[in-house]
Amino acid sequence: MRRMIKAAALAVLGAVQARRVLAVTADEQLADPRLEARARGLSAQLRCLVCQNESIDESNADLAKDLRVLIRDQISAGKSDGEIMDYLVSRYGEFVLLKPVFSARNLVLWVTPFAVLLLAGAAAWRSRRDRAVAEEALTPEEQAKLKDLIGS
Amino acid sequence: MIVEVGHFALVLALAVAAYQFAVNLYGASRNDAGLMAAGRMAALAQAVLIGLAFFVLMHAYIVSDFSVENVFRNSHSAKPLLYKISGVWGNHEGSMLLWVLILAIFGGAVALFGRNLPPQLKARVLGVQGSVGLAFLLFVVLTSNPFTRLSPAPIEGQGLNPILQDPALAFHPPFLYAGYVGLSVAFAFAVAALIEGKVDAAWARWVRPWTLASWTFLTIGIAMGSWWAYYELGWGGFWFWDPVENASLMPWLVATALIHSAIVVEKRNALKIWTLLLSIFAFSLSLLGTFLVRSGILTSVHAFAVDPDRGFFILGILTLFIGGSLTLFAIRAPVLKAGGLFAPVSREGALVVNNLILCAAAAAVFVGTLYPLALETLNGAKITVGAPYFNLTFGPLMIPLLLLVPLGPMLTWKRASVSAVGRRLWLAAALAAAIGIAVLIVNVRGPWLAALGVGVGAWLIIGALWELSERLGAGRVPLAASWSRLKGMPRAAIGMTLAHAGLGLALIGIFGLSFWRVENIVAMQSGDTAQVGAYTIVFVGETPLKGPNYTGVSGKFDLLRDGKPVAVLTSEKREFKPRGMPTTEVGLHQTVAGDVYIALGDKAMNGGRSVRMYYNPLASFIWWGAAIMFLGGLLSLTDRRFRVGAPRRATVATPATEAGRV
Repeated sequence: MRRMIKAAALAVLGAVQARRVLAVTADEQLADPRLEARARGLSAQLRCLVCQNESIDESNADLAKDLRVLIRDQISAGKSDGEIMDYLVSRYGEFVLLKPVFSARNLVLWVTPFAVLLLAGAAAWRSRRDRAVAEEALTPEEQAKLKDLIGS
Repeated sequence: MIVEVGHFALVLALAVAAYQFAVNLYGASRNDAGLMAAGRMAALAQAVLIGLAFFVLMHAYIVSDFSVENVFRNSHSAKPLLYKISGVWGNHEGSMLLWVLILAIFGGAVALFGRNLPPQLKARVLGVQGSVGLAFLLFVVLTSNPFTRLSPAPIEGQGLNPILQDPALAFHPPFLYAGYVGLSVAFAFAVAALIEGKVDAAWARWVRPWTLASWTFLTIGIAMGSWWAYYELGWGGFWFWDPVENASLMPWLVATALIHSAIVVEKRNALKIWTLLLSIFAFSLSLLGTFLVRSGILTSVHAFAVDPDRGFFILGILTLFIGGSLTLFAIRAPVLKAGGLFAPVSREGALVVNNLILCAAAAAVFVGTLYPLALETLNGAKITVGAPYFNLTFGPLMIPLLLLVPLGPMLTWKRASVSAVGRRLWLAAALAAAIGIAVLIVNVRGPWLAALGVGVGAWLIIGALWELSERLGAGRVPLAASWSRLKGMPRAAIGMTLAHAGLGLALIGIFGLSFWRVENIVAMQSGDTAQVGAYTIVFVGETPLKGPNYTGVSGKFDLLRDGKPVAVLTSEKREFKPRGMPTTEVGLHQTVAGDVYIALGDKAMNGGRSVRMYYNPLASFIWWGAAIMFLGGLLSLTDRRFRVGAPRRATVATPATEAGRV
């Protein structure tokens, strides 16, 4: 049923699908604001696996809540950010990361925008130069005419 | 009976579209005035027929005729009239009908208003439009017919998706579609030009208003969607890099490039081939957006595979039109004569850079949106591309472009002098830099990116106003003279100033909201207070809520600043009857400096109510900026060049025109 509702919401033209409101609840938060800020930072980097394009920080799904609690438990246990992320990736795969890793497989993803800029820029530069050369050179008739004009 | 009339009109429109396609292209190739006149009539007839079908469907919604399956599935008799009407396009079938309606209206408008167009060009444009209409009408009639009847008729409907029951979202789709579909006109002009083998300044002048209209609609459509996301989703954000949002951003970026490159074609007769290609790209991205949203592929690759009919149909349309137009481009583009040389530092040069960057930014959005789909389809690997990716690619690409915006209008055509522009703009640049530095100093511990954003935004606004004041001779001539100069200025020039300044304003809002937002999430009992930014929030209490078609809970909050009450805010959480989906109505207190934003959450464990409070600095700048850009677009559209005389092509037949008859 949930799936159907999701699909219906999406089918309907809307700009964004249904996001149930209020994700991080007051009960979950850590007392130490520094640790809590770290937890928020991490959860903004992680995808809610059962939602669409929502971070677990934003999502109201139960799984997202479990992950938020898990992150806070691990932070309280003294784990570093890197360790927590590695753990989650090992458990859920790369899919859990909102920011895809720089890897050979994702090369196309990361390089394309900049490659488009460079290649299109190079093409524009070349076509301009070619045309400049082409228009500078006069045909023999034009040269004769020019000579005629200047000579008279 | 009325419904059958609409159904019949729709099928008739399909036949007329086929006729419009054939008679216009054939008539143009034979240069037969009679056939081309018939083609114009076909375009008008199509607009009337689809309009009839659309209003019939709307009538079925208004009278809640649940014998129509579409009405049954998406409406409810208890719904307010506004949402009965917006329910027409709040679903797949109805929104596709709106799509073809807008297409037909644009076609009809070209037939009606394009009086100065050479008859052959006009016929070809209408023919291409007819082919697009034919493809999409086939799609509607074969896979997404909104007029299917149910027997026996149910007593009550299933209701409109509650998240769509909102004024901003009610009008978001029509504007967005007007933008999407309007780009079909630029596309049709490009294909017609390729068939004729001729692009010149007059061509650009005809294309520009249509492209500008599309851009204007897209701008306001996207802004409305983001405004809705801001106050309705209760999340405090305004843009989520969601694929559906990206689908509208891509055509906007390319349309922005197109309205700039078309200026170069019109004024300098250069960048012609590139502009044709951009016209094709812009509409291709509109089609892609339609495919992404309509095929269900975004829900997941598997959802697409389960019910593939619609998806494959649109994919077929996509392949046909993009592939076909690009093939035509590859064959015919070499025939076109390149024109107008210019130095790298010139207004043309700046506009080329504008185009390069906008296209690269569109490419970032494109791969970011499609790469996960492609990867999953190819080898089943699942990755996520979220906001951090776009911030790292789209962001750095756009910043240099934004820095260049105020320089562009200051550069002269053909060859410009850097030092001359520097002499004219250094004070504006210094002012903007000072603002950025001041922000950095005042906000020492804040992120430096916020200061950069505000500085760049200020640069855009000051730069735009600076250019305007130079044109008006402010400070050099008497005020009255400046005023009369302002009145004499082409409206398009003022439109540009507004659009650029509006962009700067929106940018300041975006950076302010993104980097300086203050958040406070607490569980509150009645009488509790909480602090967010400079405001104190008192939770007065909550009351149960009963609306026409929903129930819920409403929380009341007193807002105090320096101990003095400034506002009473209510924030609601609604549960809609037929579907049982929750939505929020956030409590919003807007000031120029920032918004106080309160969203109601679930019951907390201690028995209180979880409340999420934000202070969003400068947030309203985002939508004011977008509104000013929209106004700029509208103002430019009323420029007299677009209304009168001038667009008349030189009548000398060129060899290319002859070669065009293939």
